[in-house]
Amino acid sequence: MTDITTIPAAPRAPLAARLGASPAQIAAIALVALFLLAFLVVPIVRVIQIAFTGPEGGFSLIHFGDFFQTSLLRESFWNSVYAASMTVVVASLIAVPLATIISRFQFRGAALIHTLGVIPLVMPPFVGAVAMQLIYGKNGSINLLLHDWFGFRIPFMEGLNGVIFVEAVHYFPFILLNLSAALSNIDSAMEESAQNLGASGFSLFRKIVFPLALPGYVAGAALVFVKVFDDLATPLLLSVTNMLAPQAYLRITSVGVADPQGYVISVIMIACALATIGLSQLALRGRDFSTQQRGGGGLARRNLGKGGTLLATLFVVITLLIVLSPHIGILLLSFGTVWSFAVLPDGYTLAHYATVANEAGPFVTNTLLYCGLAGFIDIVLASIIAYTVLRTRLKGRHLIEQMAMAAVAIPGLVLGIGLLRTYYDIHLPSGESLATFWGMLVIAYAVRRLPYALVSAKAALRQLHVHLEEAAESLGAGKFTTLTRIVVPLMTGGLLAGFVTSFATAAVELSATLILVTRPPDAPISYGIYVYMQAAAGRGPGAALGVLAVLVVAIATFLSYRLAERERGLKSREGAF
Amino acid sequence: MATSVSIENVSFGYGRALVLDDVSLSIEAGEYFCFLGPSGSGKTTLLRLVAGFGTPSKGRIVIGGKDVTHLPPWERNLGMVFQSYALWPHMTVAKNVAFGLERRKLPRAEINRKVGAALERVGLPHLADRRPAQLSGGQQQRVALARTLVIEPAVLLLDEPLSNLDAKLRTEMRVELKRLQRELGITTIYVTHDQEEANAAADRIAVLDGGKIQQIGSPVDMYDHPANRFVAAFLGTANLIEGRIEGSRFVAPDGFALEGVSGKAGTACVSIRPQNITLTASGTGLAGVVEEREFLGETTRYRIKTGTHALIVDEPHRRDSEPHQVGAPVNLAIDARQVAVLHD
Repeated sequence: MTDITTIPAAPRAPLAARLGASPAQIAAIALVALFLLAFLVVPIVRVIQIAFTGPEGGFSLIHFGDFFQTSLLRESFWNSVYAASMTVVVASLIAVPLATIISRFQFRGAALIHTLGVIPLVMPPFVGAVAMQLIYGKNGSINLLLHDWFGFRIPFMEGLNGVIFVEAVHYFPFILLNLSAALSNIDSAMEESAQNLGASGFSLFRKIVFPLALPGYVAGAALVFVKVFDDLATPLLLSVTNMLAPQAYLRITSVGVADPQGYVISVIMIACALATIGLSQLALRGRDFSTQQRGGGGLARRNLGKGGTLLATLFVVITLLIVLSPHIGILLLSFGTVWSFAVLPDGYTLAHYATVANEAGPFVTNTLLYCGLAGFIDIVLASIIAYTVLRTRLKGRHLIEQMAMAAVAIPGLVLGIGLLRTYYDIHLPSGESLATFWGMLVIAYAVRRLPYALVSAKAALRQLHVHLEEAAESLGAGKFTTLTRIVVPLMTGGLLAGFVTSFATAAVELSATLILVTRPPDAPISYGIYVYMQAAAGRGPGAALGVLAVLVVAIATFLSYRLAERERGLKSREGAF
Repeated sequence: MATSVSIENVSFGYGRALVLDDVSLSIEAGEYFCFLGPSGSGKTTLLRLVAGFGTPSKGRIVIGGKDVTHLPPWERNLGMVFQSYALWPHMTVAKNVAFGLERRKLPRAEINRKVGAALERVGLPHLADRRPAQLSGGQQQRVALARTLVIEPAVLLLDEPLSNLDAKLRTEMRVELKRLQRELGITTIYVTHDQEEANAAADRIAVLDGGKIQQIGSPVDMYDHPANRFVAAFLGTANLIEGRIEGSRFVAPDGFALEGVSGKAGTACVSIRPQNITLTASGTGLAGVVEEREFLGETTRYRIKTGTHALIVDEPHRRDSEPHQVGAPVNLAIDARQVAVLHD
């Protein structure tokens, strides 16, 4: 044995060990932080700063005073609050019965309801808005029929009603998915033990089912509220301008980048989004029971009975028809010749698709390029953040994660305004402003979708037991080899799913797009649809482009679903260790 | 040539909580050494520090005469077998085993030869092209072992290697591990919470509790001469009785007394193993009453009430022997030479 005393003293712990990460890891996360700082934090801080700066400089609330003294803006604020709240109500009327039917009763059409829950998500509301106008509008199919048969009309689409209806039909799945997930997490043993102790009927519902399902419902409802509050394109397409998002957009695009009211509205929108998310989390503090009931078999499903089955079937069929109506409408519109003051189009043609094929090529290639790049940036950033958070002890790593996740609460419109204002005066060598350069659109998409990619990346890395990496290290592989040979191959499925989600949702994003696109040749598909839909003559090609976009998103969604499934399969086999 | 390991005054903690508190021990070249302790005792943390997953906040670790305290895991040339086996699910068995050799830039032909030999050694040459998910738990364990041994590590580190196997396989693997270790003469550190596993295989054991070493010694030595109450109770079953030593006599407050005990006068504790107490239905000695009886197969275990104490007594079972009935009076005979005296 070696004489221990002759061994030279241990060197001081290397810097990496003291910081809790290797130099390469620190460099990577520093770049991520820089990206977030430049394209998220600085633009948003700039927006807030302008909103609070008086005409002579210095802190001032004068613009907020102006805001609340302008009756149009005051009205817009209340309209936005009203529309978002009513959308939650209408969406709940659709979603709560559906969730109840699938998780509490035996119902043959359960698979149908599950499909119902996905269909609206593949089509952004603004695409369906025009089609719904044609079906439910004052002179739309339904009202024409009602008027012919019964002599009255229902103002489904008048003003805010239209916004509420369109948004509710598109966003009810958020409530349905969250609520049915919460309901299926309740173990039947919980219900049974309550029954065993003497609870039944309404008291069982009130004491056990309702409190356990509430977190899911609130999470879904808050999401719907924020989505509607922030949506710009749907009100614009329905010609509703007296809401907050359209007002901000019109201010910036018509009055100019310097108009302070655009920034005041932006600040109010961020505040409302934060308040909604904050309130929902506050209401649910200590009430998130979902993790305690892993593997719960869901509630016992009881028999509906004849009358119940009939009622449920009727409800599901009518809901299905309403939910599908924007899709059917857009399809009819894309194949229809003229559709005006008629129940159905006068005739059918492929001409709109021909127009799209001739004119809209750049829209499609732009979307593929921008969203592909944005998705790629997202998985790279998300992987670095996930790795830093889960695998190092670097100080401040949670702050960077929170920074990335904060993008969830920032409306696309506001991010667009912030980027525009921050980078408008910086010019590329070509003389073009950096803010209107197409690359800025890619960055805006990447920042907006980063939270989704981050969730995917963290889930993928969590599934990967740290022993798998340590085994490689102890066999002589350094951090980099371990990353490329072990971590990346095993995370691929999850990362791909994250990429596809980012890609698909960016493909139909319009809020930031409308602000940042200045030249049609640089525009993506969503912008193309919007521009076509503005004119009556463009509706056909707009709809054809919409169908194309829906197909892209549907295929991408299906792919990401399959990837996630495959990943789960792999994991369960690993679980056999 | 086998390698020695020396752990010198190592402390380690997360935040304020100290997981390891001034641990020192040295493992000789070729020794089969075991870290034994309950969960939370710091035994796995200590192994991970030896492997390089973490840096001690104080002290140093010397392997083969070289201070490795700040060396990353991939420069230590140690072989670690993880509790979860940690086989990479996206690689075949052969690829898993070849990984370490590829890192060492060996020629392909040599890698193939060594992988073949390693799989041969653990008895799985026919499974080279399978994926880990297609193997049973025992097979995965062997692949993990082959993957570790193929790099000819200086020290073999085993973290609860048998805990995911069923009872029968566990005994088999225990014998197999010992055989491999003896054949290769490799210094081995084995972490377990199971005293039977440790006793059966290890040359020496370090018992850990609360981040501190309680005792180091050979299994038999520690079983017969535990240093303290924790070691006495953790290594097998022990009846611990608190009292005082007066001359050659041990007395407990309730009157329990043993003659012929040697130890320092004053407060003390005696440890009596259940198999070292003999029961007789009628006779001389300490009187007691049978409170409970369990038939365990090889032995019958009694709980005997005597004074304020309840003593565990094991009697070897013989065919058709008459057990003592619950509630029956018995007499206890304790050989003072079998009693260990604990002073702390």
